[in-house]
Amino acid sequence: MRISLRAAVAAVGIAALTAGCGGGSSAPAETDAAPAEPDAAATTGAPARDDADLVVWTDELKIGAVTEIAEQFGEDNGISVAVQAVTDLQANFVTANAATNGPDVVVGAHDWIGNMVQNGAIDPLQITADQLGQYSEVAVDAVTYDEQLYGLPYGVEALVLYRNTDLVPEAPATLDEAFATGLELKEAGTVESAFNLPVGELGDAYHMQPLYTSLGGYVFGQDPAGGYDPTDLGVGDEASQAAGERIEELGEGGSGVLTRSVSGDNSIALFADGQAPYLLSGPWARADVEAAGFGWDVQAVPGFEGAEPAQPFTGVQAFYVASNGANKAFAQEFVGGAVNTEEAMKTMYDGADIPPSLVSLQESEVAADPQLQAYLDAASAGQPMPSIPQMGSVFEPLGQAYSAIIGGADGAETMVATGETIRTAIS
Amino acid sequence: MVQQQLSTAPQESPAAHPPPVGSRSVPVLLLKVAVLAVLLSTVVSLTPALVAAERWGFLVFFWVLVVLVVAVYATRRAIPLKYLLPGAVLLLSFVVYPVISTFQVSLTNLGDGTRATREEATAQIIGSSVVQTPDAPRYNLTVGTAGSPTAGPFAFLLVDPASGEASVGTEDGLEPLPGATVTDGFVTAADGYELLTPVEVNDASAALAELTVPTEGGAIRQLGIRQAFEGSTPLVYDEDAETITNTQTGVTYAPELQGDREFYVDPDGQRLSDQSWAADVGFDNYVRAFTDARILSDFVGIFGWTLVFATLSVASTFALGTVLAVVLNDRRVRGQKVYRSVLLLPYAIPSFISLLLWSGFWNTDFGLVNDLTGLGVNWFGGETTAKAAVLITNLWLGFPYMFLVVTGALQAIPEDLKEAAGIDGASGFTGFRTIIFPLLLIPTAPLLVASFAFNFNNFNTIFLLTGGGPFTPDNPTAGGTDLLISYTIRLAFGASGAQFGFASAIAVLLFVITGVVAALQFRLTRRLEDVI
Repeated sequence: MRISLRAAVAAVGIAALTAGCGGGSSAPAETDAAPAEPDAAATTGAPARDDADLVVWTDELKIGAVTEIAEQFGEDNGISVAVQAVTDLQANFVTANAATNGPDVVVGAHDWIGNMVQNGAIDPLQITADQLGQYSEVAVDAVTYDEQLYGLPYGVEALVLYRNTDLVPEAPATLDEAFATGLELKEAGTVESAFNLPVGELGDAYHMQPLYTSLGGYVFGQDPAGGYDPTDLGVGDEASQAAGERIEELGEGGSGVLTRSVSGDNSIALFADGQAPYLLSGPWARADVEAAGFGWDVQAVPGFEGAEPAQPFTGVQAFYVASNGANKAFAQEFVGGAVNTEEAMKTMYDGADIPPSLVSLQESEVAADPQLQAYLDAASAGQPMPSIPQMGSVFEPLGQAYSAIIGGADGAETMVATGETIRTAIS
Repeated sequence: MVQQQLSTAPQESPAAHPPPVGSRSVPVLLLKVAVLAVLLSTVVSLTPALVAAERWGFLVFFWVLVVLVVAVYATRRAIPLKYLLPGAVLLLSFVVYPVISTFQVSLTNLGDGTRATREEATAQIIGSSVVQTPDAPRYNLTVGTAGSPTAGPFAFLLVDPASGEASVGTEDGLEPLPGATVTDGFVTAADGYELLTPVEVNDASAALAELTVPTEGGAIRQLGIRQAFEGSTPLVYDEDAETITNTQTGVTYAPELQGDREFYVDPDGQRLSDQSWAADVGFDNYVRAFTDARILSDFVGIFGWTLVFATLSVASTFALGTVLAVVLNDRRVRGQKVYRSVLLLPYAIPSFISLLLWSGFWNTDFGLVNDLTGLGVNWFGGETTAKAAVLITNLWLGFPYMFLVVTGALQAIPEDLKEAAGIDGASGFTGFRTIIFPLLLIPTAPLLVASFAFNFNNFNTIFLLTGGGPFTPDNPTAGGTDLLISYTIRLAFGASGAQFGFASAIAVLLFVITGVVAALQFRLTRRLEDVI
């Protein structure tokens, strides 16, 4: 009895040890072509490539729409397709692709392009000029990098200004007007926050960008070809110092329009509770605002009075062809052909709910949903979010600078210091 | 766990009671043979794959392991090894091997932008420079072969959609294809050519990517399954000089070291591409960690706060847990079970949820803490208040565990010991301090060490509460509440993309630090165990 117990323990030990050592080497032999459920491995953060003639990686939000297009493509070409939702998609894709274990096509945001290109993870697309002309200009600009087209854009999104029309019936023509009405309501005790722009303790440079550009600031200058130039940093220059001073006046030590109490965690919820007359947010807030039960309207973010127009960062969602995919021909055919149609773009809009980038679809959808025009205007008015890898060194320090300024730090000095910090980081 | 069970076994080892030969039951023997057979066959079946991948290190490791396992478990010669081997192999596989491989990575510049080899990066840069020839037709493509659909040679059977004329493209150039049948704008039959199906075209992708049909404006290349386009590559790689030349502008790009990596740059120092390649950098990453003034000063400050945080977290949770456990352990307290259940609630809620709730509680204007106390403090805005907030939150999260542990330990202390202490005059607090508490420390001390180690690396609490903040505008990499672990992760994967090489160097340094701290603590706990 004693010996058999010992043998069993030893057996468990050996089994554990063989499983531990051999686990990484065994290749999964999945032959199932039906891309029904997101792969179990995908949700654990250690994605494994499905076995199919075309493998697409995307995220949970878009998997339904992408699957619909991919299945149609598979049917038309008599091949198997697999669509997988992968968490932390960009990093996992770049790593898997480098190990030639990645997908054939990946769907994601355009500001990944710089990093994906520096890692050699995606191939340029060869779309004819005629076809490209059917997409909105800002979308094409965004997916163009080093003068090459890398992604097929299907959606554009930028920050817009939501307004509670029960509290403020008239649309403000300038930010100053919005701030003034917001402060009146706050002083009257009707609302808790005059203007919901997420700041938080860590700051939020993305949401501050419309204000910053309206005050004359810029992050990176553009070269003649339209690409962003990492050597031309606008943070710390005179216009940015003036912008910093103005933001300081709006902060906790000044009029109190902007406060660190409003953050990404509570900004939309406070507005939906009727505790703020204005909300600066993107298309993703629309569902919450619609469900809030008060009258609302949306407009492109206006500028300050007598200042530059407000230019938010425009984000573009796109399809990319992986450089080390096993099925490159099908991948090129899928992205350049099957996705590059009005029908597929409509499927993406219906399923993923991001304003479309195809001009003809924009026109037909606005006819049915006039509110959509404001989102499209905002996206066109914005500048593409810089996708150069150096942008990674901007968001954190710049956000922290805004947070400090709103908390009472000197606007001009802080912007100069932050410019130095960013310059050191990217040099 | 296997090791623990095994470690007690040798006391009653066969040396003391030598088992008579043949006492083993048949099923046990069969099981043993089966397990060894499975192990052996697994390694045999892995061998071809490992040879193909040229993973010689793994191959040797697996075979040595198999020989060892068979030698140890199939014979009776090395009985102590039977108990030591599983633990030793697990230690090698999951501790020693990762440390060695982390150290190896720390000697490279691996990270975003340097994942490829130099050849791969060069090929990528050249390949990505293809530009379409303006106004050139977009051909309808059918791929044909005069040989086999898998090996070629292949030819592009092209139809110009504007004219409807068919032509054949090979490496020799573009020629008319008079005998072709064209249906719906595609060649559907041609003399001397077998046509490839879409799946065959896809399978031949690698060979077809090499096939370019030279034309006046550049070359015709395959695009997907049904299209071909005319384009040109302005960049040319010179293998002898190891440079890339742009044939349109005449600029030559040579590799040059910028920072810890090489790029192709023109004579003015302008990069051709952000793509670089992996290289060995020796101990540069360690040199950087020790010489970068900012990293060094941040590191010292954060190391200090990490120690304070871990110590205070353990001390405060243990103190509160002990007080509550002792109070509720008194038999005079009514409803002990109800109180105990309520006190365990924070432990029952997943800490992710608690932490997100607490991060809202500390909000200056809308948070519960300021609403209840009327303080109006901007908790996460200042370094001291943020630290206090983090510690208080961690106390809330941690005390139920200590309460649970101490309650259990208290019940294991015999009642008569307390009575005896009372008779000897040590009642009340004195009795607790001199009799109960030292006895309490014996079972809980190892758990306190474990709790310290956990809090030393308590990434979740910091990340979900403050994100490491507050930060100062001149230093966005080190926040007021950053622990070493959150700081390292920001340094490695934060702003400027993944830097695996540098992160590995920091990880190796952290490994050394935690090793030293753990060794010191085990010494201290051993002293506690000497109480009796």
